[in-house]
Amino acid sequence: MQGLLTDAFLTSLVFGAISAGIPLLLAGLGEQLSEKAGVLNIGIEGMMLAGAYVGFVAAFYSSSLWLGFAGGAAGGAAVALVMALLCVRHGLNQIVVGIALTLGVEGLTALLHHFQFGRTYPRLDAATSLPIPVLSELPILGPALFDRHPIVYGAIAMVAVMAFVYRRTNLGLDLQAAGDQPAALDVAGVDVVTTRTAAVIATGVMAGVGGAFMANIGAGLFIPFMTGGAGFIGIVLAMLARGRPLWVLAGALIFGACLSMTTALQVAGVNIPTDVIQMLPFAAVMAVLVIFGRRASLPAALGLPYVRGAR
Amino acid sequence: MSVETADTAPRGADGGRRGERSAALTRILLLSVAPILAALVIAGGILLALGVDPLAYYGFVLERGLFNGLGLQQTLTRMAPLLLLAASLIVAFRAGIWNLGIDGQFLLAAVAAGALAPALIGSLPGWLTLVLCFVAAAAVGALWSVVPALLRAYQGVNEIITTLMMTFLGVSFANVLVKLLFLDPGTTVPQTRTLPVADRLPRLLDTTVSSGLLIGLVAVIAVHLMMTKTAFGLKLRVVGANPRAAVHAGLPVAKLTVAVFAISAALAGLAGAVEILGVHGNVRADWNPAYGLAVVPLVFLARLNGFAAIAYVFAFSVLSIGGESAARRLGVPHFFTLVLMAIILILLAVVEYVDHKRRAAGKA
Repeated sequence: MQGLLTDAFLTSLVFGAISAGIPLLLAGLGEQLSEKAGVLNIGIEGMMLAGAYVGFVAAFYSSSLWLGFAGGAAGGAAVALVMALLCVRHGLNQIVVGIALTLGVEGLTALLHHFQFGRTYPRLDAATSLPIPVLSELPILGPALFDRHPIVYGAIAMVAVMAFVYRRTNLGLDLQAAGDQPAALDVAGVDVVTTRTAAVIATGVMAGVGGAFMANIGAGLFIPFMTGGAGFIGIVLAMLARGRPLWVLAGALIFGACLSMTTALQVAGVNIPTDVIQMLPFAAVMAVLVIFGRRASLPAALGLPYVRGAR
Repeated sequence: MSVETADTAPRGADGGRRGERSAALTRILLLSVAPILAALVIAGGILLALGVDPLAYYGFVLERGLFNGLGLQQTLTRMAPLLLLAASLIVAFRAGIWNLGIDGQFLLAAVAAGALAPALIGSLPGWLTLVLCFVAAAAVGALWSVVPALLRAYQGVNEIITTLMMTFLGVSFANVLVKLLFLDPGTTVPQTRTLPVADRLPRLLDTTVSSGLLIGLVAVIAVHLMMTKTAFGLKLRVVGANPRAAVHAGLPVAKLTVAVFAISAALAGLAGAVEILGVHGNVRADWNPAYGLAVVPLVFLARLNGFAAIAYVFAFSVLSIGGESAARRLGVPHFFTLVLMAIILILLAVVEYVDHKRRAAGKA
């Protein structure tokens, strides 16, 4: 275990934490947005997977990663649109529809993948990075943090954007009200259903880009069921962050580090069975919930459809 | 929380005239059958788009899962774990608890039964071994729900998330147990030691159908009666329908919540035992049939009614056995069944909504 703290190990750990953490970050920020607006988005796992599949297909046929991300956003948004239509507009049970969407996307993407790529399992070329001058020269952190694909910087910048929206804009207040006191928002002349619909679709876009990141940058290929619970971890991050985007980032990096332990430990020559390592992030989630469970908070009207005039 | 419970509760309570009853029955049949037919059509469109003849596919599935004698017996055997899982979910959902962790509870209990049975069979009589395995499986299942149960009961932490997390954790943990702890040294395949066929659950008469089917049927009916006819069931339903009112009524909500988790997870554990003791005889590494999330839609479709659940579990088993066969012969992966279930579930929600609207409009 002495060789554990070498530069190579630390670099691969931080590098992996970012690679695994970015999809979680995007999912967590997206879920946070939905939950703020009062929609418990259980379908986010399906949105991520749809983003991963559509994103991969788009990137594969266009050989452009950017079109891949656009495709991922579209894929996530398409699933979100169904969710918004059924749950926000018509007030169907958010949990039932969320489960159904996740199951459906899992089945559909696996099915399509089987017919399209089932024999070939094509890979994308490794993503080209955009090194930030000076910073990327830093030891250990440089290559892991500042020599990455621009979407990594973009995702981290989203934290600041979301924080700004929540704190400083009317839109942020509207979102908050849609989740806590939808009736008050309605009285103030803002359409609750529209606000929530917009929030859910924005969630789909973020989750979709997160999924596309997993497929196109993380793995370089699409594998059925590849999101493996990342969307659900995103839900936990949103629950624990209590509305604060920065906390989502912190959580995403911690869980990302857990997820990337396998490769980092292999680099260090430590051989722990992958099944044990795969338990790490989920064990961490449960530990965090046991310790901070009471403090996890969710908006008052979460999960309840808003019907004007109904009580 | 669960819209369906509110819908099922008053039924039968008013007795009503015969005409009203049969009209209500027709309505329920229509509400249940229409989404399925529509889903078959939509899913058929997907097959068509993939270049597969939907009629040939459905025909093949029916032939293999229902009309073929051996297939039908496989279908009936498949029903056993699904019925126990349905019973597990009916308890939980009627009590307003979203136990979405049944796959983890199922899998770990399966490992417990798979590890215990071959070890005990040498020194104990066969029936006692099976009984002990069932007890152990139920205990392991319940144990895997303790953390979500306590978090929900005493900290108010949303159980959807915690149970899902425990499932992800449980799937990996089951692999760890199989590969590191209970590995059969006698084979190169990573799996637990195998229970000889003669010592497994007895088969029904001279068929290949596992007697697990009877266990499943008894469990679903018992759970249905418990929830609808007993005082304990009524208490659970009150907690599910309105926890705040339950507190005011003096019910020990936290304890009842823990009890619901324990019963639900123990039933999921029994499902794992039935599958191992009745069908496989051992647990292979990376084995995870993920029956749980497939049963969720079925239970909703049945509107949390035990008898209806039996019918839907049967239909799903036909689909699932036939679909597995079709995967080998027609090259349509069994993921298709997943898509079909999702479409059915969404259409069910839509039909329920439309019906609710229509009735609300009728009353006004």
